[in-house]
Amino acid sequence: MAHTSVLAQDALGLEKGWTLPDRGKVGITFLIITETALFTIFVVAYLVYMGKSPNGPQPKDVLEIPIFSTICLFSSSATIVMAERALARHNLSGFKLWWLLTILLGVEFITGTGIEWYHLIYKENLTISTNLFGTTYYSLVGLHASHVIVGLFFLILVMLVTLFGFPIQTQERRVMFLSWYWHFVDAIWVVVFSVVYLIGR
Amino acid sequence: MATIDYPLDRPRAVEKEFSFSETLYKWVATVDHKRLGLMYIVSSIIFFVIAGLEATVIRTQLIFPNLHVVDPDTYNRLFTMHGTTMVFLVGMPFIAGFANYLVPLMIGARDMAFPRLNAFGFWIFLFGGLLLYFSYIGGGGLGGSGSAPDVGWFAYAPLTERAFSRGHATDYWILGILVSGIGSIASAINVIVTTISMRCPGMTLTKMPMFVWTMLVDSWLIVIALPPLTAAQIMLLLDRYLGANFFNTQKGGSAVLWQHFFWIFGHPEVYILIFLAFACLNEVVPVFSRKPIFGRQAMVGALVAIGFISLGVWAHHMFSVGMTSWSNTFFAASTVLVGVPTGIKIFNWTATMYGGKLRMTVPMLFCCAFLLQFLCAGLTGIMLGMAPFDWQLTDSYFVVAHFHYTLAGGLVFGIFAGLYYWYPKVTGRMFNEKWGKWHFWLFVIGFNLTFLPQHMAGFLGMPRRIYTYPAGRGWELWNFLSSCGVPFQLAAILFFAVNFVYSARKGEPAGDDPWDAWTLEWATTSPPPEYNFEKLPVVRSSRPLWDLKHPQDPDWKYNQ
Repeated sequence: MAHTSVLAQDALGLEKGWTLPDRGKVGITFLIITETALFTIFVVAYLVYMGKSPNGPQPKDVLEIPIFSTICLFSSSATIVMAERALARHNLSGFKLWWLLTILLGVEFITGTGIEWYHLIYKENLTISTNLFGTTYYSLVGLHASHVIVGLFFLILVMLVTLFGFPIQTQERRVMFLSWYWHFVDAIWVVVFSVVYLIGR
Repeated sequence: MATIDYPLDRPRAVEKEFSFSETLYKWVATVDHKRLGLMYIVSSIIFFVIAGLEATVIRTQLIFPNLHVVDPDTYNRLFTMHGTTMVFLVGMPFIAGFANYLVPLMIGARDMAFPRLNAFGFWIFLFGGLLLYFSYIGGGGLGGSGSAPDVGWFAYAPLTERAFSRGHATDYWILGILVSGIGSIASAINVIVTTISMRCPGMTLTKMPMFVWTMLVDSWLIVIALPPLTAAQIMLLLDRYLGANFFNTQKGGSAVLWQHFFWIFGHPEVYILIFLAFACLNEVVPVFSRKPIFGRQAMVGALVAIGFISLGVWAHHMFSVGMTSWSNTFFAASTVLVGVPTGIKIFNWTATMYGGKLRMTVPMLFCCAFLLQFLCAGLTGIMLGMAPFDWQLTDSYFVVAHFHYTLAGGLVFGIFAGLYYWYPKVTGRMFNEKWGKWHFWLFVIGFNLTFLPQHMAGFLGMPRRIYTYPAGRGWELWNFLSSCGVPFQLAAILFFAVNFVYSARKGEPAGDDPWDAWTLEWATTSPPPEYNFEKLPVVRSSRPLWDLKHPQDPDWKYNQ
């Protein structure tokens, strides 16, 4: 039957050589694109209002560059890659070690943000309603911090299920997607850090 | 070809009787793309009727000068809810509904890439919509000030700030739209991933149906353009609840920044909406002209061009706020530029019809009306894109007429074309052609009678959103004519509703392929089984069913 071959049968051997991109990879890529668009607007708002606050405190008076936290967050991108590699080699104890290190570095970062905010709110009297600097600073850094918290939630979840004996090596793809998200959170910090602490100060 | 053997056919399964609670459970708990698509479309139609009734009250209020049918506060709420509903609760879910139902069928897949995300998207959209309408009950706020939102669909600051908009009405607007926006983004990502990763063997991007192409670019625009609105709404919430100063002019915040953020979303949004009509025309026009679409590559190129240029035209909504002349020039130029790919599309549809064997069925009639009305909208759009012209007519009824020609004369006509075209596939039965034609003609007459005179009212200086107007300014006739169009439109929608409900039970059985069409959804049964295709198809050209029906002269023999 000539016409059945067109639709149902494999006339050109297409079924064998037919591969398409992994749907998880495409999905997480577009999640990252849409998140980037969200961050862009907050960054633009920060840049537009930079130096426009009529009353203090101004960024240069109160902000200190969070060098240690930043190094921690950037290192966590490296440790999560090490964890992935250990998982690929089925080295489960190595995976757990690097994964735990990633979590600790992330927790250090978010604690650093918490201490910074505590200092700003209680010592410098800068809140979100004080002036435009407070408004844009807390919303931009807060948006990033909320993404760190979401990332940490999933990192800890993976750690817990692994510790309770779930065969995490079967979920290599999902671990990879989480790692992509974590890299994205890091990459966003490059922008936020440059805008808030380098340009804005 | 007297009989065509469909290798993918199977006899329709014997339908088991389900009790009401079983049926309800099946629909509520479903992750099937066809059921979710249908639920999207049905909720869109319900919201469409609600928003249409709101517009009816608006036109009744404006039929004669100095009327007081409703009080001014109610009037403000009506036009706010009408605009918000039409854009976010009718247009957006229609896109998700059509894409959900058709994209997997057209690319020969069994479901969307992420079925559960799909269900999440639908329910969160629905709850966003219900939240917006709950404002009529829950928006009371301080001392009963305010119920539904009354700040206009673009909710300009600083009117939306706490000081000017007391009560919770504006919060309902923010949260309802923010929540349903998350649903739209989820659905758009799903469509993109499905299109990229789930195509059946042989379906390269060059062989993908034009509907799917349009939905792919559309979803790209949603993913890029919706987050700015979400961001701006988060800022507004921070302003209202935590005392932030983004749009608080007292502390140096900028009300114009809201306008920028809103229209960075808002203008691509217009293209997001009209792309659904483009998608429907891309399938309907070729099938009823009996010709492949004219200039397929140019059509795809134009789509992608719009997908990028439309991101850079937003400030033409803001010519009157006093931007620099360089900004005005840039945005006027980019506005004219985006008209070029849109013109290519109009031209190519017309060229597809030219010399074709036209079958003037109901979907095709809607397409013809679309072409003329959308052309009219495009021309007034170019006029308004000229900054000096815009200064004269911005915020007048001319603008109201312009965007109703795009969104009603364009989008709604395109949607009706699509609804009639795929109705036999979804229900397995034909609609009543005669009633369909009644619907079409009443709607064409009603629509043009309502919105054509509004151009004149605008030229004569009638501002939009006014509650009432004095006699003696030359606006009476145009407003009277405009309101006279409403009963025609209502009657048309009545024909539509009765036809669709009645024919779903009593219509003639449609068969698998009543239109003699060419895309894969017509290769399976009507309605399609839950798994869509028993055996995944393999395609060799952009018209797989043409190849199937004409084995001696298939498309893939030619340079495709």
